[in-house]
Amino acid sequence: MASATDFSSPAPTAPLRPQPRSPADLFWSFTWLALQGFGGVLAVVQRELVEKKRWMTNEEFVEEWAVAQIMPGPNVVNLSIMIGDRYFGLRGALAALAGMLTFPLIVVLALATVYAQFASHPAMAGALRGMGAVTAGLIAGVGIKLFASITNHPLGRPLCVAFAVLTIVAMAWLRWPLLWILLGIGGAACLLTWRKLAP
Amino acid sequence: MNAASTLTAPLLALSAGDWLQLFLYYLSLSLLAVGGAIATAPDMHRFLVERQAWLTDPQFNASIAIAQAAPGPNVLFIALLGWNVGLNAGGPGLAGWLLGAVGMAVCMLGIMLPSSLLTWTATRWGHRNRERRGVRAFKQGMAPVVIGLLLATSWVLTRAHGSPATAWPVWLLSAVTVVLVWRTKLHLLWMLGAGAVLGAVGWV
Repeated sequence: MASATDFSSPAPTAPLRPQPRSPADLFWSFTWLALQGFGGVLAVVQRELVEKKRWMTNEEFVEEWAVAQIMPGPNVVNLSIMIGDRYFGLRGALAALAGMLTFPLIVVLALATVYAQFASHPAMAGALRGMGAVTAGLIAGVGIKLFASITNHPLGRPLCVAFAVLTIVAMAWLRWPLLWILLGIGGAACLLTWRKLAP
Repeated sequence: MNAASTLTAPLLALSAGDWLQLFLYYLSLSLLAVGGAIATAPDMHRFLVERQAWLTDPQFNASIAIAQAAPGPNVLFIALLGWNVGLNAGGPGLAGWLLGAVGMAVCMLGIMLPSSLLTWTATRWGHRNRERRGVRAFKQGMAPVVIGLLLATSWVLTRAHGSPATAWPVWLLSAVTVVLVWRTKLHLLWMLGAGAVLGAVGWV
């Protein structure tokens, strides 16, 4: 593999973009977002990293998320490794990963030790159901927001809508395994994009 | 530990070979966990509960339920599974806690090492080559599919509570949340808190 491709343009990241100051900053940022993530961390990652800290744009977030999703392993774990590595290499990857796991792990263990007392309480079950409903809404809200942010996709808006709808139908109604969806629908979308990107 | 688990759970005698087997099992599962570790939960049930009898059924189900309800990545249910295997091996008291920590470390390292190393090396390569047509086509092409997956996940999660006709309060709460996330800057914790209160008083 030839090492250096020539870039005529400067590096795509603008110099004034906010960035994490240190691996410790990464660690605490990821700790804070992991502790807000009930029933999944994705919605919080988008809110914190894109909208509050502005470390990345919505477009970049979708692209990173796509990679984190298709690689084996837990996707938020993959995402923290990727983002941490981008800024501080291996140290950053480990800091972000440790942030994502350490405190939530302590919380989970604490919950597991008191679970037996509260598991049968109807108010507890109700609270969990209510939070589950909110979580589902958070995920869809982020999905819509991300979709709105894709303005100049090489495939154009109608084809993007078509691929998204196809994915929803395949997963929610046809109940295809995720791997089929990623390989089949995702593969087709990538192939078409590849052709549109023709130099 | 709580009385229920010490009464019903077996006291295991796990050898070093057993721990190694547990570690190797999670190593082998790691690269198969495409699309989240929860997709491999049925296989973990087969191995831990049915084949090895290292965990009871209630322990397995509680581990998943607790990790889903707790903040943080869902993959932590694997840490809880390992914790419970260790508790079963060590019995009540300090020995159980120590072996619980060992079980947790064994399972988490096993499930995360191979996939994390692969992700780390692959995405480094991808970032260095981000201007390549193939890399750009992959990342941009996947975008609509990944967004579709998010919307479908949301739908599946809500549907688990029942159809819109029977479980309409749940669907309404989800729908209101969608609009709030999309249109406002309201902090997510307020929404989760409101959901918890509405659920606890029995409105949802």
